[in-house]
Amino acid sequence: MTAAKTIPESDAADAPFAFNEASLAEARRILAKYPEGRERSAVLPLLDLAQRQHGWISRGVVEAVAELAKTPPIRVWEVVTFYTMYNQGRIGRHHVQICTNVSCWLRGADEIVRAAREVFGVEFGQTTDDGTATVSEVECLGACVNAPMVQIDDDYHEDLDYESAKALFHAIRQGHAVQAGSWAKRQCSAPAGERSTLTADPTTPEGGKWIAADSPAAGASAGGAK
Amino acid sequence: MPKLTIDGIEVEAEAGMTIMQAADLVGIEIPRFCYHERLSIAGNCRMCLVEVKPGPPKPAAACALPVAEGMQVWTQSDLAKKARKGVMEFLLINHPLDCPICDQGGECDLQDQAMAFGSDHSRYVEHKRAVAEKHLGPLVKTAMTRCIHCTRCVRFITEVAGVPELGMIGRGEHAEITSYVEKALTSELSGNIVDLCPVGALTSAPYAFHARPWELHKVESIDVLDAVGSSIRVDARGNAVMRVLPRLNEDVNEEWLGDKSRHAVDGLRYQRLDRPYVREDGTLRPASWEEALRAVAGRLLATDADKVAALAGDMADAEAMVLLKDLMAAMGSPNLDCRQDGAALDPTDRAGYLFNPTIAGIEDADALLIVGSDPRWEAPILNARIRKRYLKGKFPIGVLGPRTDLTYKVQDLGNDPKTLEALAGGKHDFAKVLKEAERPLILVGMGALARPDGAAVMGWARRLAESVGAISDDWTGFAVLHTAAARVGGLEAGFVPGEGGRDTAAILDGAEKGDIQVVYLLGADEIDTARLGEAFVIYQGHHGDAGANRADVILPGAAYTEKNATYVNTEGRMQRTWLAVHPPGEVREDWKIIRALSAAIDKPLAQNTLDDVRARLAEVSPTFADANEGAVVPAAYKAGAGGTGGRLEAAPFASPVTNYYMTDPISRASRTMAACTDVYINGAGDGDSKKRTGTDG
Repeated sequence: MTAAKTIPESDAADAPFAFNEASLAEARRILAKYPEGRERSAVLPLLDLAQRQHGWISRGVVEAVAELAKTPPIRVWEVVTFYTMYNQGRIGRHHVQICTNVSCWLRGADEIVRAAREVFGVEFGQTTDDGTATVSEVECLGACVNAPMVQIDDDYHEDLDYESAKALFHAIRQGHAVQAGSWAKRQCSAPAGERSTLTADPTTPEGGKWIAADSPAAGASAGGAK
Repeated sequence: MPKLTIDGIEVEAEAGMTIMQAADLVGIEIPRFCYHERLSIAGNCRMCLVEVKPGPPKPAAACALPVAEGMQVWTQSDLAKKARKGVMEFLLINHPLDCPICDQGGECDLQDQAMAFGSDHSRYVEHKRAVAEKHLGPLVKTAMTRCIHCTRCVRFITEVAGVPELGMIGRGEHAEITSYVEKALTSELSGNIVDLCPVGALTSAPYAFHARPWELHKVESIDVLDAVGSSIRVDARGNAVMRVLPRLNEDVNEEWLGDKSRHAVDGLRYQRLDRPYVREDGTLRPASWEEALRAVAGRLLATDADKVAALAGDMADAEAMVLLKDLMAAMGSPNLDCRQDGAALDPTDRAGYLFNPTIAGIEDADALLIVGSDPRWEAPILNARIRKRYLKGKFPIGVLGPRTDLTYKVQDLGNDPKTLEALAGGKHDFAKVLKEAERPLILVGMGALARPDGAAVMGWARRLAESVGAISDDWTGFAVLHTAAARVGGLEAGFVPGEGGRDTAAILDGAEKGDIQVVYLLGADEIDTARLGEAFVIYQGHHGDAGANRADVILPGAAYTEKNATYVNTEGRMQRTWLAVHPPGEVREDWKIIRALSAAIDKPLAQNTLDDVRARLAEVSPTFADANEGAVVPAAYKAGAGGTGGRLEAAPFASPVTNYYMTDPISRASRTMAACTDVYINGAGDGDSKKRTGTDG
């Protein structure tokens, strides 16, 4: 996690920013959702929009968003520094975010971190020399069922181990397309192997036991669990 | 009106009140850090936790929970005590134990509340976090490691000062208070965040490491660096004023104070006239009082009375002015004026020179037109009151004058004085706005009145006020905003030309031509001293400024912290300063100097004590009656008394205050104000102060 910082004055010169036409049209659409005088409500989506265009939140971005949202820049900067998903510094073409929180760690996140270090050759918070990827350590991204996992740009890559993570990172490094989702070929968060519960047909008396007695389904199943 | 019990005491509170406010009503003190009655509710320090029934089985924040019928609150139950103790432990986790080297020590909310509600030892053994200092300008020193993130400063700067430059960035452990880009706060009220800070994170930079609160003796007094007359407390150690703090006065400054009024006091130590001087062969040499008075008396006795003139300056007290006026009368000279800027103010018509609706009354207005004034610099406290009213909504503000970034949104009417004619004639859009308002307010500044066509501006402004219905039985929406603390007092005391006498402009003309041979400057420094020509100049005052520089005899008088003196603020509120420190050297109180001079020219005044002088003042104007201290004596507005207005000139209005930080001899002598001028006016020096060594060298 990047620690919050006071925005440096020089950033303005480093990274000029203006919404392009497509972004501006989208920004207007977002702003139109909120009543007049409440433009400030749009700060979060506007920042996201700007980050998609610019890659990170520079001082120029803060000021452009502040202007659209009719709010002082410091209020926008407070939001940027509150959420880790807004990048406060330049990042590579891909943002590799490795979860090291408790579930992923128990399931081998350290191995994923090792794979990343080997493939990208950088530490957390650093960008590869060729600008392909920035590797970050993140807290729980809410996919514990499929731990360990990595988020690359907008996609989750789940059920990784050292080998699959290495393959994934190589693909990213070389610019190949990668399939998002479970690397163990699980369907979403369904059980990894055979089903171990709810195996019986719910319409039979055995299978129907889990249906509450007063549910209409209980009456539908022959006899029910009375 | 919900009824509830707090600690078993039945309280009837207004609907919408919080538990904290209800507890304050009955004098039960609930500890707090983030809550402040003049700021929005944040609810983030959690120090005010209390036990409430009915409700969830956990403590609730008293500052944010509205009262309800039948609610039972315990502030001293085991649950509440344990909760506060826990909160205090959390607050102290990252708070350094540097009280011995912290300027807040001895007047620190955290210190006091840790004693009262905290634990006697710490269980915390990890490293404490450290936070980089922030640069907030020459007045506010930061030690952000001490910050407990109450966000009072953020809320003050955003809500009251109206310059949203501070914020809390990051989250959790990493949260920090900072400005957006690190630069000096551009507010004239920035010093107040030091008062608001409940810990030592924000402390006064000029006062850093100078004194401890328990060493100071505290005197309640009145500020005279602008015409608002804020209530202040002067803290002095020995015979030195160490700092000035605001004092609660709902009618005037609430509990705020402008940066100049707060921080210019170091100027009282520099450039002081601490003994009489007499000019000899072109240079001033130190002299005894006897010599100086003899030199003045000799000159006065040798000059025809109509060739003698007197001017009173911006910080002259009413006592000195009334005695000097009597002395001039005794000599037979009608040439005296307290309007050294030449403002077109009619001394015979009180309502024509007062801020009639009063400062607190701004909150009752529902439309405002500012004419030729920059309230942000001329009276930041009053400007904060306008902003307060603005925040309540439905308050259109038009500005016909030099400045529009007044910390609230205004309609810019340009800066052409002729617009006044259109307004008064109802031919301007904004005239309709004023007309539709029930209590419109026309605020006229010195930038509009202290100019050659000032009388015409006054006439038009009054016509406008009368035509839009600003004058009624219960509302006088015509207000003059002065810039000098002495002005209204001078007008009330009658320090104006007698019959056939010369006013400021005529006195200066006369001095230039040689018709006026002796000029008595009672602290008058804001005049063009080059125009005094060959005249013999007597300067009575406390600082070696423009007037003293030109003087032939200097009579050293006391500054406002060194005397018991009477001032009348722009509203017509008579207030008195109290002696906080004794005048330095051979300095005497101003009225005594004039009394002594009257004896030296053999026309002794009848007043021998301060009480005598004040009785004389009360004789001149009822405003000065002892019973009226601190109160406004309302003035009856006479319609049509301002004339019909004359020809307005095309020259745009310009505020007399071109640098907020240096407007008078005290602030011009102040090093703190010089630093502010560097940063805020010249835009320099801002970078240098960032180069801190970290040792607080």
